[in-house]
Amino acid sequence: MSEHDKGHIIGYPVLIAVWLALLILTAITVAAAQIDLGELNIWVALGIASVKSSLVIAVFMHMKYEKPLFQVFLLVALLTLAIFIGFTFFDVLYR
Amino acid sequence: MSDVTATSGRGFWDNSGGRSGLAAWIFSTDHKRIGLMYFWSIVIFFLVGVMLGLLIRLELIAPGVNFLGAQRYNATFTLHGVIMIFLFIIPGVPAAFGNLVMPIQIGAEDVAFPRLNLASFWFYAIGATLALVSLFTAGGAPDTGWTFYVPFSTRTTTNVSLAVFAVFILGFSGILTGMNFLTTVHRLRAPGMTWTRLPLFTWSLYATAWVQVLATPVLAITLVLIMAERLVGTGLFDPASGGDPIMYQHLFWIYSHPAVYIMILPAMGVISDIIPVFARKPVFGYKAIAISSIAIAAAGSLVWGHHMFTSGMSDMAVLVFSLLTFIVAIPSAIKVFNWVSTLYKGSIRLDPPMVYALSFVLLFSIGGLGGLILGAPGTDVHVHDTYFVVGHFHYVMFGGTGFAFFAAMHYWLPKYYGRTYNKKVALWAWGLMFIGFNFLYMPMQILGMQGMPRRYYDYVPKFADLNLLATISSWVLAAGLLLMFANVFYGLFRGKPFGTNPWGGASLEWTATATPPLLENFTEEPIVTHGPYDFKQAGVRADD
Repeated sequence: MSEHDKGHIIGYPVLIAVWLALLILTAITVAAAQIDLGELNIWVALGIASVKSSLVIAVFMHMKYEKPLFQVFLLVALLTLAIFIGFTFFDVLYR
Repeated sequence: MSDVTATSGRGFWDNSGGRSGLAAWIFSTDHKRIGLMYFWSIVIFFLVGVMLGLLIRLELIAPGVNFLGAQRYNATFTLHGVIMIFLFIIPGVPAAFGNLVMPIQIGAEDVAFPRLNLASFWFYAIGATLALVSLFTAGGAPDTGWTFYVPFSTRTTTNVSLAVFAVFILGFSGILTGMNFLTTVHRLRAPGMTWTRLPLFTWSLYATAWVQVLATPVLAITLVLIMAERLVGTGLFDPASGGDPIMYQHLFWIYSHPAVYIMILPAMGVISDIIPVFARKPVFGYKAIAISSIAIAAAGSLVWGHHMFTSGMSDMAVLVFSLLTFIVAIPSAIKVFNWVSTLYKGSIRLDPPMVYALSFVLLFSIGGLGGLILGAPGTDVHVHDTYFVVGHFHYVMFGGTGFAFFAAMHYWLPKYYGRTYNKKVALWAWGLMFIGFNFLYMPMQILGMQGMPRRYYDYVPKFADLNLLATISSWVLAAGLLLMFANVFYGLFRGKPFGTNPWGGASLEWTATATPPLLENFTEEPIVTHGPYDFKQAGVRADD
């Protein structure tokens, strides 16, 4: 447990920076929704959402400071989700 | 070793955690008690499912309306599917035998999160209860089939919302069990229990747990979307509102095809553990079997589109999913070839667990090869939604997972009761079942080839003969099942005593625990010095 507690304290400046970044990205999402980019709409929305969730997972959820095993577990889950979404596009894009 | 495994009274049965009666079970966090609760619940639901299956066959004994009629027939096959899939096959081997056996196989006292394990069982019990309640409340039993396809499932007046909610809860039971097993295998292995010394049953549970954790949430989300569609009309699957009905099929099969591997992988693990013991030979290609479990779990998660070849999905997707489907055949075939190679020049004993395991290999192979016919779009268009599909998945699921469940029951269960069944009767029961099974499902495959569609209560007269044969065979199969269960259950309570290691297994559940196992399995932490199939090094031999 002691090892777990060490090195996990994240200073306020970092937390606030991440919070501001999330707010800015939210603003970008709203702004991007006003412009019609055609087929790129979905990629822009998913791209911004991915960056935001990465920030939350890495910093707020401390995944950046975890052991590699847990990081690999998380990446497997994310990769699976990406494949699930990606493979449905073999259908949707070519219909 | 002998002092470690000495029989001491009734093992874990003597230790009920200070509780008595029902409370000693439903509040117990002992993996063995939880496993037994799963086992008995699953067997009861299986028998209910069998009765519904017999009703379906009765309706189909001859053309025309016989016993059920259209609406009740639809409700009956839906119920048969939901009970068999969600209450029997999915939890069957992993929840019941996984709980009973896996912690002992890796030398652990229990699973990593015993309370969460109990919570999983409660979720299972609550989900099962809600599923049963959905039959008798609101609009009556759901009539959508177990797949709940839109748009019918969002419009039918039957009680789909509650049934879907029940499946949602059952899904959580699976996710929690999966997380628990993953953590247990990673964290609680005994000293010396390296990854290449894990019994193959544990390997298969490990691969299954990944699928449970990664795929089941998709089902949960999909079912929530159906409820949202029914209750507030979100229009997600309705083209009139910009939705897409085929998207439902994607979401449903993203879970439900991997679920097929949740059903079959642990069953393959059972077979990989049983065959070496009764062939008296180390398993052929240990690493290939272990890795093929992971390969099946990974590749099997990418093939869901092969359920949708005729749905109007794009040709590109048909091509991709068909190719990926054929890839899954490779690790499946690796397993079959390794089992057969293990038998080669073995000293084979045809005890009941082995006979059930060998029939798994045959029936699974027949079903698996039928899967290739369905995985090729050209032939699939011809047999899609016909009785060929029904025959195919009964060969894989019942002939495969069902027979593996029975093999596991004959192999491991006496260990936990300290008493055993009559072997001769078990073989007679197997014979009845094997004959009944093949004459029930092989005609279905032929009928499907001839074009008989599934999910109808009626058919044209030219299909009458084979349907009559299938219905009569269903009675033979049911007789075999009754004989098998009666024999095993009588044996568990009244049969001859079962020794510590009568089969001569070399994994920890046979070499390092008493019969029945103690509360925390071992008197002292076992130190593992050899692989699970090194019979010579373990110095074991069958003692009856």
